Amino acid sequence: MGRSLQIDSQGRLVHLLTTEGLPAEMIRHILDTASQFVSVNEREVKKVPLLRGKSIFNVFFENSTRTRTTFEIAAKRLSADVINLNIGASSTAKGETLLDTVWNLQAMDADMFVVRHAEAGAPHLIARHVKPGVHVVNAGDGRHAHPTQGLLDMYTIRHYKQDFTRLVVAIVGDVLHSRVARSEIHALKALGVPELRVIGPKTLLPTDIERLGVRVFHDLAEGLRDCDVVITLRLQNERMSGPLLPSAGEFHKAYGLTPERLARAKPDAIVMHPGPLNRGVEIDSGVADGSHSVIMPQVTFGIAVRMAVMAILAGNA
Amino acid sequence: MAAPLPDPERLLEALANQMKPAMGPETGIVGIYTGGAWVAERLHRALGARTPLGVLAVTLHRDDFGRIGLHREARRSHLPFEVEGRDIVLVDDVLHTGRTIRAALNELWDFGRPKSVRLAILADRGGRELPIAPDYAGAFVEIEAGEELVLANEGGKLRLAAVRRP
Repeated sequence: MGRSLQIDSQGRLVHLLTTEGLPAEMIRHILDTASQFVSVNEREVKKVPLLRGKSIFNVFFENSTRTRTTFEIAAKRLSADVINLNIGASSTAKGETLLDTVWNLQAMDADMFVVRHAEAGAPHLIARHVKPGVHVVNAGDGRHAHPTQGLLDMYTIRHYKQDFTRLVVAIVGDVLHSRVARSEIHALKALGVPELRVIGPKTLLPTDIERLGVRVFHDLAEGLRDCDVVITLRLQNERMSGPLLPSAGEFHKAYGLTPERLARAKPDAIVMHPGPLNRGVEIDSGVADGSHSVIMPQVTFGIAVRMAVMAILAGNA
Repeated sequence: MAAPLPDPERLLEALANQMKPAMGPETGIVGIYTGGAWVAERLHRALGARTPLGVLAVTLHRDDFGRIGLHREARRSHLPFEVEGRDIVLVDDVLHTGRTIRAALNELWDFGRPKSVRLAILADRGGRELPIAPDYAGAFVEIEAGEELVLANEGGKLRLAAVRRP
């Protein structure tokens, strides 16, 4: 879903809803553009006037201070006006429908919506109903997609490893509930990664995951062998106990990334994590703060990638 | 086509001669991508400038973003010296409307506040839309309306050409 919705008849990106179906050429365009913005963020004046006079609404139906902040910084560095709305607490509680909310905001002359919603497909619904020239960025919808996180991970991998077509990449942990993992898998496949692995317990891997062209491992040590890139996923607090997992401690024992286990990967492997970290659950401090970790650069690149997405969309009016 | 176009090699020589008296050891030469960077590189060499060469990409400050969107461009500005308080010579290949220079000045200011900025142009084709004038110019070149003056780089050999706008 979303492919034809996000790319117009002239092949231009008008919304960013998912990395699924995003052509490699388009992904490279976004990453190249982001590299310009990385340099902007290192300057004395960390601001360019591209989106001057545009209004960007951060519409978060599900709370996420961190993601919202990175979008806010990105928009402000492009000189846009940013309005933050935490809808979860207001309109929905009063019974307003999703589209009513959006139409109201559109009447306030929004140029772009950055949408986070607990339901998969909510940003698509909005994209289908906004006026032409208004753009929608999916900032995470349910278990479905988190395309800007996927793209910033591609930026990070390209930064350290350059060529995607020789890499062994492993995604470790709760893939089942992870929109980040799905967005990464689509992008990594599009960019030609020859060996993509997912590692986790049966209960936390989608049953049909092999259809996406990944190799499934249930043993961490085996799955990490000769990896160039190791992406650890956050184990959501609400999954730490319950029917799928005995406990956080049990998860760590089998799937926590420790320095000893990481030693199975290539000596120059990089370790990524979308944050926030559960230290001692999916990742040990020795790895998170160690020499293989590129977790902080991910955050820095994330601003530039979100700037790139917003600038490209706004330019495709 | 009108009169034959001048040879850039000759214009470079003329430009370097004009610039020479005002060049100090701390003067920074900055070329605008793409053609301006080629010209700046040649001038930098001809003048034996001691401050390393800078380049500016102006995409992020262009004023036609609203109409034509973001150009695909992986080029970045690179200024390997402190801009703050420095005398700068900004270099471009062809001066026309002046809009690129306006964008370049904005880009330059994002790195600091220079002491002064002068403008060196290989070929001035007229048609200014902004109050911008070169301090040094290789030549004034007349071309027909509807044509564009472009600098080509053929393996290091520079050549001026008038091309029909599509």
